Amino acid sequence: MSTTPLVPPQSEVKKNYLNAGYGIKSWLLTTDHKRIALLYLASITFFFLIGGLFALLIRLELLTPAGDLVTSETYNKLFTMHGVIMIFFFLIPSIPATLGNFLVPVMVGARDLAFPRINLLSWYLFVIGGVLAIYSMMAGGVDTGWTFYTPYSSVYSNTHVVVMIIGIFVAGFSSILTGLNFIVTIHTMRAPGMTWFRLPLFIWSNYATSLVQILGTPVVAITLALVAIERVFKLGIFNPTLGGDPVLFQHLFWFYSHPAVYIMVLPGMGVISEIISAFSRKRVFGYEFVALASIAISILGFLVWGHHMFVAGESVYSALSFSFLSFLIAIPSAIKVFNWTATLHKGSISFDTPLLYAFGFIGLFTVGGLTGLFLASLGLNVHVHDTYFVVAHFHYIMVGGTVMAYMGGIHYWWPKISGRMYPEGWGRLSALLVFVGFNLTFLPQFVVGYLGMPRRYHAYPPEFQIWNVLSTAGATVLGLGYALPLIYFFWSARYAAKAGPNPWGASGLEWQIDSPPITENFEVTPVITGPPYDYRKVLPQEEPVG
Amino acid sequence: MAEQAQVHPLGLRHHFNNLDQQLEAGTMGMWVFLVTEIMFFGALFCSYAIYRSVYPEAWALGSHLNSSTLGAAMTVVLLMSSLTMALGVRSAALGNQRVVILMLSLTIVLGLAFMGMKGFEYYHHFEDKLVPGYDFSGYHGAHAGPVQMFISFYFIMTAIHATHMVVGVGLLSVMIWMTSRGRFNRQYYAPLEITGLYWHFVDIIWIFLFPMLYLVDLHK
Ligand SMILES: [Cu+2]
Repeated sequence: MSTTPLVPPQSEVKKNYLNAGYGIKSWLLTTDHKRIALLYLASITFFFLIGGLFALLIRLELLTPAGDLVTSETYNKLFTMHGVIMIFFFLIPSIPATLGNFLVPVMVGARDLAFPRINLLSWYLFVIGGVLAIYSMMAGGVDTGWTFYTPYSSVYSNTHVVVMIIGIFVAGFSSILTGLNFIVTIHTMRAPGMTWFRLPLFIWSNYATSLVQILGTPVVAITLALVAIERVFKLGIFNPTLGGDPVLFQHLFWFYSHPAVYIMVLPGMGVISEIISAFSRKRVFGYEFVALASIAISILGFLVWGHHMFVAGESVYSALSFSFLSFLIAIPSAIKVFNWTATLHKGSISFDTPLLYAFGFIGLFTVGGLTGLFLASLGLNVHVHDTYFVVAHFHYIMVGGTVMAYMGGIHYWWPKISGRMYPEGWGRLSALLVFVGFNLTFLPQFVVGYLGMPRRYHAYPPEFQIWNVLSTAGATVLGLGYALPLIYFFWSARYAAKAGPNPWGASGLEWQIDSPPITENFEVTPVITGPPYDYRKVLPQEEPVG
Repeated sequence: MAEQAQVHPLGLRHHFNNLDQQLEAGTMGMWVFLVTEIMFFGALFCSYAIYRSVYPEAWALGSHLNSSTLGAAMTVVLLMSSLTMALGVRSAALGNQRVVILMLSLTIVLGLAFMGMKGFEYYHHFEDKLVPGYDFSGYHGAHAGPVQMFISFYFIMTAIHATHMVVGVGLLSVMIWMTSRGRFNRQYYAPLEITGLYWHFVDIIWIFLFPMLYLVDLHK
């Protein structure tokens, strides 16, 4: 930037990306991928809190069978905004935009992403989209469900659909730009010697995620835009009164929104691979298979969307094909789970917080995946369609999977991000609370859904109450489990023990540089000479400091 | 070239090692962006194709509401703009900055001419009361509902295409400014080349739109 002295002053404070500049401008105009990651971290935490608030209100309403806390109209808005905020403004950007932004350039051995200014632009687009979404909520909210099914969304709903759609549209382009930046960076900016099969698995999974982001997001963007255009100009693209087809909307919507699940869970799988390897001090078993399974998931993920529409008037033949393909996609996911387990086998395991979260991920993701097979089979799908069974299933994937991995990843890389350790005891307690709270919240929903309780109603028959009380109690524990880290991370950023470059004794380029890293990441461009996760070369005496 | 090690090459950004890497990244970035554009338009083309197979008569009737002569004229104008764009990039490779500015300006003029013709066509649809959702009373033929859908597709697709043209004209203006400020030389003109990619892509979209919106069942 400006004048740099030729001889650096011999001060005790080393230069890093955090003390490279102070003041609001040095953050809001930064092109440093690590600072942009922190901007994203703050924004998505904010949206997580808002989405969580809606979830709290939903669980409170469902404590009693009568619809007494809120009216049914308000309830419709609550679950819609819970879904929209959590999916588009928390889960989709969660791991790629924070951990991915921070780690992708470091892990490939580059000084920044390929397009630093586009990276900053993507954060601004996210914020603009978020502001529009919040405006839509404050103006009265949206009641269409996060799925925006036509013709209700395009003709009949009297809520603020158009503003919300514009918000999602803009935020969608932030997601596209992040994916574009990752793909180009991974292709063109790898350090000398960093071949494709020397890349960490976190890079492979973020690459697969980026493929879904750039191929799927434009489709949902134009689809939602068509809904808004139809609403404003009274056209008939999806409106049957002119000859339009509402089911076409569902096809286009799920063409993105099923793969969107993999935007959420694939980066999580990458985090788990890193954590499992670091805390069992072993090379990931079947590295190539785990890497290619990510790519297989991102491709197959585009061929299964019809399983959301088995009861929407789909032909028998397409329903059969979609059912078959949905079974097929379980295979690459299972490959990963088996290989993680095999990695742990005979490893020297240390049960620190990141690994506890990773264990949580493996268990909950497996339950979510297996119940996904229930839903992929045609007969059972009809029985439990639109019940709490489905709600429980996708929360096991999105919360039990993605959020668990996100929490594990934040704990694992926190020493690198902040330069300080988090309190290990509190960390383990939070992992335990989240795991217990999560299961208490969502296991009862499998039961009550199988018994026939439909989703999206604010009242229900009294015989379902016990399950809902359990679920609400679990949500309270879960909320506590999430609140703990929020407090101790803030505390640790100031007061906790310094971490040092490699507190876990882990392999990987990010652990060979300072904590926190300097703005350019590396003093000299690294040269890679061997495979990843080579724990024979990492000295075992590098024990955690905290 | 190899012995200029200490000299900072024109246009090299600090996080790239050299201009080759920077050009590779920039070009690939634009191609990836164009892939997202294909998916963006692809969803529209797919919806169009589905409805066309459901309502073939209405699509033929609707297509006759657009003048194929005007459409052909617009196609010619746009193809000529692609030619001047290509000549502009070639002049940049030869280091002839004055021709670059001339060619890019011509590209802008042709692009604006295209949009002028498009505006003229929109104006006529308003005159003839052929605007779905606003006033479609000018249509008296059969299949009024689906024909209205066809014209909806016409307006949506051409409006999105025109939006891309506006962005393209903006990019070209920046390129003219950068060229006149001496930001490019024979080794470094990557932004120009990448802008060219974008402009040709927008032209290709029109090559698909023209038969889809003007030439359905022309012989009827
Ligand atoms: Cu799905």
